[in-house]
Amino acid sequence: VDRLDALEAKSIAIFREAYSELDRLAMLWSLGKDSNAMVWLAKKAFFGHLPFPVAHVDTGLEFPEVYAFRTRYAKEWGLDLIVAPCPPIEAMDPTLPPAARSASRKTAGLKDLIEARGFTGIIAGIRRDEEGTRAKERVFSPRGADARWNFRDQPPEFWDQYLILKGAGAHTRVHPLLHWTEVDVWRYIQREGIPFNELYLARDGKRFRSLGESDITFPVASTAASLEEIIAELEVTRVPERAGRAMDHETEDAFERLRVDGYM
Amino acid sequence: MDARRDLVRVVLAGHVDHGKSTLVGRLLHATDSLPEGKLETVAKVSSRRGRAFEWAFVTDALQAERDQGVTIDASHIKLRMAGGDIVLVDAPGHREFIRNMITGAATSDAAVLVIDALEGIQEQSYRHGFLLDFVGIRQLVIVVNKMDLVDFDPARFAAIESALAAYLATLDIAATAIIPISARDGDNVATRSERMPWYRGPSVLEALSAFRPPAAPLDLPLRLPIQAVYKFDDRRILAGTLLSGRLAVGDTLLFSPSNKTARVKSIEAWGPSPPPRTAVAGQPVGITLDLPLFIERGELASHVERAPVETTAFRARLFWLSPEPLRAGQDLTLYHLTARVPVTVQTIERVRDPGARDGLSAATGAPDTVAQDSIVDVVVRARDLIALDAYTEHRWAGRFVLVDKDRVVAGGLMSMQGFADQRPSATPKSAHIYQSKALISPAMRTARNGHGGAVIWLTGLSGAGKSTIAHEAERRLFERGYQVYVLDGDNVRTTLNADLGFSPEDRSENVRRLGAAASLFAEAGFVAMVAAISPYAADRARARDAARAPFHEVWVRADVAVCEQRDPKGLYKLARAGEIKNFTGVAAPYESPSGADLVIDTTDQTIEQSVATLLDYVTIAVGATR
Repeated sequence: VDRLDALEAKSIAIFREAYSELDRLAMLWSLGKDSNAMVWLAKKAFFGHLPFPVAHVDTGLEFPEVYAFRTRYAKEWGLDLIVAPCPPIEAMDPTLPPAARSASRKTAGLKDLIEARGFTGIIAGIRRDEEGTRAKERVFSPRGADARWNFRDQPPEFWDQYLILKGAGAHTRVHPLLHWTEVDVWRYIQREGIPFNELYLARDGKRFRSLGESDITFPVASTAASLEEIIAELEVTRVPERAGRAMDHETEDAFERLRVDGYM
Repeated sequence: MDARRDLVRVVLAGHVDHGKSTLVGRLLHATDSLPEGKLETVAKVSSRRGRAFEWAFVTDALQAERDQGVTIDASHIKLRMAGGDIVLVDAPGHREFIRNMITGAATSDAAVLVIDALEGIQEQSYRHGFLLDFVGIRQLVIVVNKMDLVDFDPARFAAIESALAAYLATLDIAATAIIPISARDGDNVATRSERMPWYRGPSVLEALSAFRPPAAPLDLPLRLPIQAVYKFDDRRILAGTLLSGRLAVGDTLLFSPSNKTARVKSIEAWGPSPPPRTAVAGQPVGITLDLPLFIERGELASHVERAPVETTAFRARLFWLSPEPLRAGQDLTLYHLTARVPVTVQTIERVRDPGARDGLSAATGAPDTVAQDSIVDVVVRARDLIALDAYTEHRWAGRFVLVDKDRVVAGGLMSMQGFADQRPSATPKSAHIYQSKALISPAMRTARNGHGGAVIWLTGLSGAGKSTIAHEAERRLFERGYQVYVLDGDNVRTTLNADLGFSPEDRSENVRRLGAAASLFAEAGFVAMVAAISPYAADRARARDAARAPFHEVWVRADVAVCEQRDPKGLYKLARAGEIKNFTGVAAPYESPSGADLVIDTTDQTIEQSVATLLDYVTIAVGATR
């Protein structure tokens, strides 16, 4: 049992726990490397089946390559895909800095989806090593009717025992990749032969480390044009994964405000 | 993958302001691990708050943490090292956030406990030390920080070192190194300090390099908690993750607590490679069986040999997390492996404060309620059988979480001390038993005898009067024409139970046989009166369940003091002198009945009064027509 096996084992156990304990479950499929790895892990957890829908909370601002990927793999993988729209930017909190305000449309779209379909569990592919506030998350993160993250009063979580709260309008965020690192995900994609978007590969000296909305996501300098080169780059790079995500860098608290409000 | 060591997670624990965050910062700096732009960001964030460069802001990412200078929740940050990377988990030092410290520690493979050389070992040092051991950390390094504030005094270090040694001796955990450092200046962090030539051990980085990722317990017996049963297609798949041991197609599995067995027909997996024939600890599996057994989530699969214990009661050491005090008699939900079971905390035996210097040796007695952050020794009781392993036998299967409605209130470690494994008596050992059908019905016997058959079970302390009352009642009933017989615990121990002693297991078996024999007498139409201490509630409950005739529990009640004064057989005297071990009421527990059908308090009654009470009850209970 090597490291990737151990990571995979923990994720599979989390998927099975979520499916046993939460009756209305959906998995967010943002079409990036992490959520593709999640689809793969879920299929392993359920022996080739995916017993809940996947949801793409769609701002309409994804890169064209992302939409092409969605069309292709929704069909190839036989996914029960929900495309959930997001409210317009005008409806968002105007006190947020511009990129964060744009990103907050996703939170709003997700909340609308949860309410419309009555989901009690939302599986999201966030990881601890991505960002400081995500590092403090729980595997099963309880959310009230307002979907907010109450970081001041998180349940203790130990020995793989997860508390799942049930209440009117409440839902649980399930994070099966929380313990993975960026390079773990790429090594797993390599080992398992999981498809990924070509935007991650360098073109003209730049590549996307992290995929988001086209208006607020930028490529970083890189020459990694293959899976092997991406892994080699991540072994040594000191550029943070989310360097190209504008919403993280506008103000000190912008990302935290998004997350407390229910962003992934 | 290459030959580098796999990533290891290391939690930094210790009292508030003893320098955890500074050490994290120093380690990140020494290994050049910070991402590009992070130093500049932290400098900006620090000056915005009118502070000098604050290392804690690297990991304290939340506004509330930065504004108040407090770590609320554990953070995780990567340390790049030549031999293989390490993730540092910076745990909160404030007592208020101890649940978050536990969460951080439980996801870690090793720990560094930070202690201030000037302040010495403080409340949270003890508490965190205890909790590291409790959550299962087995690799520990201790650093004595701020040596610059004590002029690098070897005597000061030696004093802390020996105090630590005494403290660690009370835990299962041993420190691989105790390192004097100055995190602020970098002494003994990445390189050996010239200011402490008297120290010859490893630097912090060297000590961290020696940590290893955890190995799954391959050599312990197979434990496979069933997490779910899936029927997505024509396969009925039992899914779970192997907690320990090994599994192969063709193995016979025993499912507990249902006590069903079946063979593994296949191991199922999704993917291009052929399905595996074997699996080992740490791997998630799906299996199909050769028999269509009804198995549910919560069962624990093992091999038939080296199976887990089955019990309705166990002892446990709890760490009580809730601000609401624990009360004896409190109903909670046990989360054990994949089982969720309603339980009652029957008895609080001992309460201690892990933050006290002598926390682990000093007892604060057994009060009625328990405060937050206490270590509590309790007896936990469930209505139905639970499959478990004692923590000392299997630390992954011997631990659990307690939940009160929507709150995690405790973690616990299981012990079977003083309790018997109920599996042997719950399991018929022979197969191919075909019960023959009787031609005489109970009604026919009742018609002839003028009363029904029944088990009258007299339980109570030695000296309470069980045998005296039973034999006298037997005589009176016999004279009135009843079919009646007394099975006296002591008498049966010279015959049917001559092979049994007084260990918890033997006592349990003694009671099981008495129950089975009494049931046969009752079926034969007799009023079968059992007089036996039968100290365990679970055993009496089992006798009631096993009886194939009406069963009446009679508590012959008298306090230990009263019984000891009577001491008709001189046994209390011997027990007090240590010549009889495990004597009930002296060195072994007596679990009082909570729902006895009849209580006869013999403290102030004459034998005549007690016998009359029993006779009144029995004649009505057996529906006497004579």
